[in-house]
Amino acid sequence: MTASVSMVLSTSLMAKDSLMMATTTSTDNTGLLDYLAPKFEKDTGTTLKWVATGTGKALKMGGNCDVDILFVHAPASEKKFLETGFGVDRQQVMYNDFVIVGPKKDPAMVNGMTPSDALQKIKSNKSNFFSRGDNSGTNKKELSLWKNAKVDTEAESSWYVQTGQGMLRTINMAHEKGGYTMTDRGTWIKYMSQTGDKNTMKVVVEGDKTLFNQYSVVTINKEKCSNVKPELAKKFTNWVVSPATQQTIADFRLLGQALFIPNAGK
Amino acid sequence: MNLFTDGFHEAIQLLVSGNESVYSAITTTITVSSWSLLISLIIGLPLGFALGYYNFFGKAVVRTIVDTLLALPTVVIGLIAYTMLSQAGPFGEYNLLFSQQAIIIGQIVLGLPIIIALTATQVEQVDKRLYTSLKGMGANSYQILIATLVEARFGLMTAAMTAYGRIITEIGISMMVGGNIKYHTRTVTTAIALETGKGEFVTGIALGLVLFAVALIVNIALSQLKRKWTQ
Repeated sequence: MTASVSMVLSTSLMAKDSLMMATTTSTDNTGLLDYLAPKFEKDTGTTLKWVATGTGKALKMGGNCDVDILFVHAPASEKKFLETGFGVDRQQVMYNDFVIVGPKKDPAMVNGMTPSDALQKIKSNKSNFFSRGDNSGTNKKELSLWKNAKVDTEAESSWYVQTGQGMLRTINMAHEKGGYTMTDRGTWIKYMSQTGDKNTMKVVVEGDKTLFNQYSVVTINKEKCSNVKPELAKKFTNWVVSPATQQTIADFRLLGQALFIPNAGK
Repeated sequence: MNLFTDGFHEAIQLLVSGNESVYSAITTTITVSSWSLLISLIIGLPLGFALGYYNFFGKAVVRTIVDTLLALPTVVIGLIAYTMLSQAGPFGEYNLLFSQQAIIIGQIVLGLPIIIALTATQVEQVDKRLYTSLKGMGANSYQILIATLVEARFGLMTAAMTAYGRIITEIGISMMVGGNIKYHTRTVTTAIALETGKGEFVTGIALGLVLFAVALIVNIALSQLKRKWTQ
C-alpha cells in the first residue's frame, strides 16, 4: 500500500524535469518569468521553478547549493561568485536601465540632472530618499551612485529611508511619503501600468551611462554541489540566449514599452 | 558549517557589542508592543467584562464574532490597516502610514479580541456569590467591574501574556503598515525577514534568539509579579 502510494507520488513529482532558479525581484515582479516559463517548458519539456529574491540572497542560495541556476543583475558580485568556483558559464541575456523617480512636483528640483548632482541635491534639500537597503542588485547599484556622489548615507537616517523590501513596495512607499527612489526601468513600467492615472510619480533622472543594468544567467557548478542539474541549466542558458527567445524577450512589453532589451553574446 | 550554532554565537556577539541597528529593532519592538498591549487592555478589559457579566440580546453572536477574530491572520489585519491609512484611504490625511503609531493601531486590532474573549471567559468563571454579596453591599457596576477583575487577576494575567506573545511575534502588521524602516519602524521580526531575505541566515537566527531572550525576560518579570500577588 505505502509502496504504491510513494510510487504514485514519486512518478507524479518526477513526471517532468524541473529546473530550480534563484532570481531577482525585477524579473518576477514585471511578469517576465511568468511569460517565459511556459514557452521554455513547451520548447524543452523542462519545468522552470523560481524563487524571487534580491541578488544578494540569490548568490547565497547558489553558494548553499539550493538552486541549479541564477538569473541576476549585479555583474561585479557575479564575477566574485565565479571566482569562488560555485558559479560557471555566466552569460549575459538582456539589459535595461535604472532610473531615479520622484514626486511629479519634484520638491528637490533634480529633473534632468546627472545622478551625482541629483543625489547631492536630494541630500542638501533633505528630501526623503527610499533605499531598498537589502543587498539586492538594485541596492548595490544605488549605493555605488551615492559613493560617486560622495555622500555617506549610513550617517543619515532623518531623510535616507531604508525599507528592506522589494522594488514595487519601495516605489509605493516613496509615493505614499512623497519621496525619491531608484528603480530598474522594468519595475517602473510595471508600477506605472498598475497605478495608471493615480500615479503621482515620474522619472526625474535617466540616460546616464552609470545607470546601465545588465542581467545574466550563471550555472551552479556540479563539482561544488553534487545535487544540482547542470544539464538542465545548460538547456535554459542555450534556450534563453537563442535568437528566438531573445526576440521573445524584446516582444515583452507593458504600456507599449519594452521592459528588457536582449543583448546575448554582445 | 552549522547555521544554528553560528547563530547562537552571533546572537551573543550582537547583544554584547551593542550593535546599534539590533538595539534599535529591540527598542522599537518593546515600545510598540507595550503600547499595543496597554491600549488593548484599557479598551478590552471593560468590554470583556461586559460580555461575560451581562446577559443581552445577541450575546452569543457577539461571542462568536470575537472568537472568530482570534483567527484573523496578521497579514490580513496589516492589509486592512494599510488600506485605511494609505493616502488613497479614508485616514490618509493623518499621515500615519509607515510610523510606529500605525503598527500600534494594527496590533491593537490583533490584541483586542484576545483580551476580550479571555476576559469574558474569566468573568463567567468567577463565583456568582461574589456578585450577590457585592450587590447586597450596594456596589455600583464600576465597583463590581473592579472587584471582578481583581478576583480574576490570574486568568487576566494569562490573557495579557497570551496577547503579548501574539503581538511581539507578529510580522504581517509591522511589515505592511510600519514599512520596515531602519531605525524607525524596523522591529526584530521584520529585521529577521530582511536578514533572511538578504541571505544572512546566521544573523536571522541570532535575531530570533534575541527575540526569545526578550520574551523570556518579560515572562520572568510577570511570574515574579504573580508570586507577589499570591503571598
